[in-house]
Amino acid sequence: MRPPKLSLRDVTVRRRGVEVLCVPDLDVREGEVLAVIGPNGAGKTTLLQVLALLDRPAKGEVLYDGARVRGHELSIRRRMALMMQDPLLLRRSVAENVATGMRMRGVPRNERKTRTERWLARFDVAHLAERSARKISGGEAHRVSLARAFALEPEVLLLDEPFAALDQPTRETLLDELAGVLGETGLTTVFVTHDRSEALRLGDRVAVVIGGDVRQVGPTAEVFAAPADEGVASLVGAETIVAGKRVASVDGITSVRVGEHVIDGLARDGLPEDVLVVLRPEDVTLMKPNQHRPESSARNHLHGTITRITLLGYQARVSLDCGFPLVALITKQSLEDLDLQTGQQIAAAFKAHAVHLIPREKASPNQAGD
Amino acid sequence: MDLIWSGLREAIHILRTGDNSVWSITLRSLLVSGSAVLISLVVGILGGAVLAFKDFRGRSILLSFVNTGMGLPPVAVGLIVAVILWRSGPLGQFKLIYTPAAMVVAQTIIAAPIVTGFTAAALRHVDPRLRTQLYALGASRPQMLWIVLWETKLPLMAAVMAGFGGAISEVGASMMVGGNLAGDTRVLTTAVMLEVSRGDFAVAMALSIILLVLIFAVNAVLTAVQQQERM
Amino acid sequence: MVKKLFGVTALLVVLLTAIGLVACGDNGDSKETATPQAAATGTPKVDTTGTPKAVTTGTPQAAATPTAVVRSGPKDVILATTTSTQDTGLLDVLVPMFEKATDYNVKVIAVGTGQALAMGERGDADVLLVHAPSSEKKLVDEGVGLDRRLVMHNDFVLLGPSSDPAGVKGTTKATDALTSIFNKGAAFISRGDDSGTDKLEKALWKKANLDPKGKSWYEETGQGMGASLQVANQRDAYIMSDRGTFLASKSLSLVIVLEGDPGLLNVYSVMEVNPDKFSLVNGPGGKAFADFMVSDEAQSIIKDFGVEKYGQALFTPDAGKTYEEIGLATPFG
Repeated sequence: MRPPKLSLRDVTVRRRGVEVLCVPDLDVREGEVLAVIGPNGAGKTTLLQVLALLDRPAKGEVLYDGARVRGHELSIRRRMALMMQDPLLLRRSVAENVATGMRMRGVPRNERKTRTERWLARFDVAHLAERSARKISGGEAHRVSLARAFALEPEVLLLDEPFAALDQPTRETLLDELAGVLGETGLTTVFVTHDRSEALRLGDRVAVVIGGDVRQVGPTAEVFAAPADEGVASLVGAETIVAGKRVASVDGITSVRVGEHVIDGLARDGLPEDVLVVLRPEDVTLMKPNQHRPESSARNHLHGTITRITLLGYQARVSLDCGFPLVALITKQSLEDLDLQTGQQIAAAFKAHAVHLIPREKASPNQAGD
Repeated sequence: MDLIWSGLREAIHILRTGDNSVWSITLRSLLVSGSAVLISLVVGILGGAVLAFKDFRGRSILLSFVNTGMGLPPVAVGLIVAVILWRSGPLGQFKLIYTPAAMVVAQTIIAAPIVTGFTAAALRHVDPRLRTQLYALGASRPQMLWIVLWETKLPLMAAVMAGFGGAISEVGASMMVGGNLAGDTRVLTTAVMLEVSRGDFAVAMALSIILLVLIFAVNAVLTAVQQQERM
Repeated sequence: MVKKLFGVTALLVVLLTAIGLVACGDNGDSKETATPQAAATGTPKVDTTGTPKAVTTGTPQAAATPTAVVRSGPKDVILATTTSTQDTGLLDVLVPMFEKATDYNVKVIAVGTGQALAMGERGDADVLLVHAPSSEKKLVDEGVGLDRRLVMHNDFVLLGPSSDPAGVKGTTKATDALTSIFNKGAAFISRGDDSGTDKLEKALWKKANLDPKGKSWYEETGQGMGASLQVANQRDAYIMSDRGTFLASKSLSLVIVLEGDPGLLNVYSVMEVNPDKFSLVNGPGGKAFADFMVSDEAQSIIKDFGVEKYGQALFTPDAGKTYEEIGLATPFG
């Protein structure tokens, strides 16, 4: 089996004596897109800088193609490309900007020209080649930045919140284009984002960094569906997180008592008595309270009172009090169909599949009736 | 007023008749101050880069020294350098006193803090993320420095102009370490002093005008380079 | 990229040229005054070891080019002299003459008398040409100044505005003139720099039992003779000056209001700095220059210097005479 493209082993990064990142073990596999998400200040950018060999960890090793990088940082850096939030183009023409990195890496002139033309065209900015880089729009600058990175034909592409500074439509367009190119080239990619929808869109795997620790790494769908702990859970958007006590495990179903209710989730080994019930709002269906026959095969049915309705464009987030806080995400259409108002009694249903159970650490905030 | 006019006429006369000694004095001014500025540029860029980019314990103290150095009284510098270079001084055996080299030394000491201070300030204004991006593109440290310097061309040229101005206009240090020797260490400023003390005001004025024209010409060239929008 | 390469290369070229030129020094240009054309009629021998023997052949007016002296040791000779001496322009004639004939390169450092003597004391000069006899004594007594020889003299004159507000014109004694000036409170400019001129002026005030220091009409410039003359000129003030600098200065509207007082002698001597006391002093070079100053060639130049330009000679050559012969009470004033 080939070694992972990039690895961190036992890495600790300190700033002014304070430990800001600690990664015992992290692999970036060849050809994959690894998304790194986390709250602000969690250490995502630091992680990226260590991977980019721009920051030397106080402790630990970075491995490239399985070999230690120490002493070869510059040459390995020249096999990767980094794209930052701000394109930071130089005061010269667009074409010269794209050529700069190649020039520093010793790419011969003809090759530079070819690649510049190709990648500027690929990102639809070929017409700006001779324009001064100071005189193009933000979106165009980001395209040039992309062209510059890809023109280097790197083995690894690193992106630090590359489109965060752009407006929504531009961001989405560029995201699509990037996804397209990544799909074509199969380039090993690590990209940092604070937008989990980007992670979902682009990432094969996702790493969640909170408070300087990598809390969870795994295939995106898995991490989102089964967050390892509370911090990850709220980060991936599982908005219902409540404490409960495991009462039974039978026939592949684990039952958990939450307040007066018993909630059924999929059985899992090794769960202690104190657990957290994690539920994504998208998995919660709402219906009129007098509907005794739900269409779905949802195992869990609860009644509650609507405490808050938040309109989110074509969706609505509905917060309920069922004895514990429950959040549902429904379409605006459904909202209107059900004619929901705050204070109303409502029924909520969700499958056992959607219930994710994780062990509860001490001092968990959401304790609804013990 | 009439002195200024006669000075102007004298200046034109000198330039037309091509008085050898005046040409050589002018050339010497240019070479001595030019050398001083070029050396200051090397010192200034390296020193400025260190002060701007490296964080070390004595940094702010060093920065204060540089800023103080910008206002060093040239005559004091001249005296100190002279005392060191005199035969009776610690470096007397190098026989540098009363040579153009000694003048370059003195003028460099005067110009270097100016260039260093300006350069450090200019470099500190550079976005630190740009340096990161350049390293990420694969730049070695010298490559990074070169590109960053090119990006700060504007303030850098201003630094050179300020340094050159300081060096070529000063007279006290040049007089003391150079000795104003005809054909050897006489430059425009010291020549003006001599002609004034002789009462040759027209010639003194002419030399002053030539000095002004020289400074203007050099600055014009530097400004052109500075403003040349290479994008 | 091409532009950048060009810029770097151009910079390097300029830098290297500059350093090269500066390091080699620029000796090829002409000095401000032309070397006098010499009609060589005879070549008086100049003995570099002992006192010069004056063997004059040919017309006294014509100056012969000095005999080539074989240089031994370093090429540079530092001559410390005073600004007033330099301002007369005499050295602009004599020094090139010396350099042409010998292989030496003379660096004429013209500063105040105090600094010139101090340079001698520290071995920062090889030979001194000064005119402050009482101050020169110290150097001779210490053994720092060797072989002090009389070169030439001129006199001091009292200058003033043509309007002569203190009514000095017609006086013959310097002390009387100063008394009139003191009583009238007429503007007076002093050098105030411990130079030979300044010391003489202060001595005269003392002799007249007057103390002008602190008086509003008495101002000290602290500068050389030429510069001080300009100041006095601007202020329409009285000032003591050596005749040579006065005649050589341009743009003065001051006139001589008193001259000829025997106490106004300005005596120039040359002495070598003792190479045994300072390792870096150019002994042979200093001696060669000193010998030249009292040589016949130099002396004959001195004799005629200024006649063409000012109508009178600025100096009287005195080589070979004693100090008492020309009017001083002792060799040191």
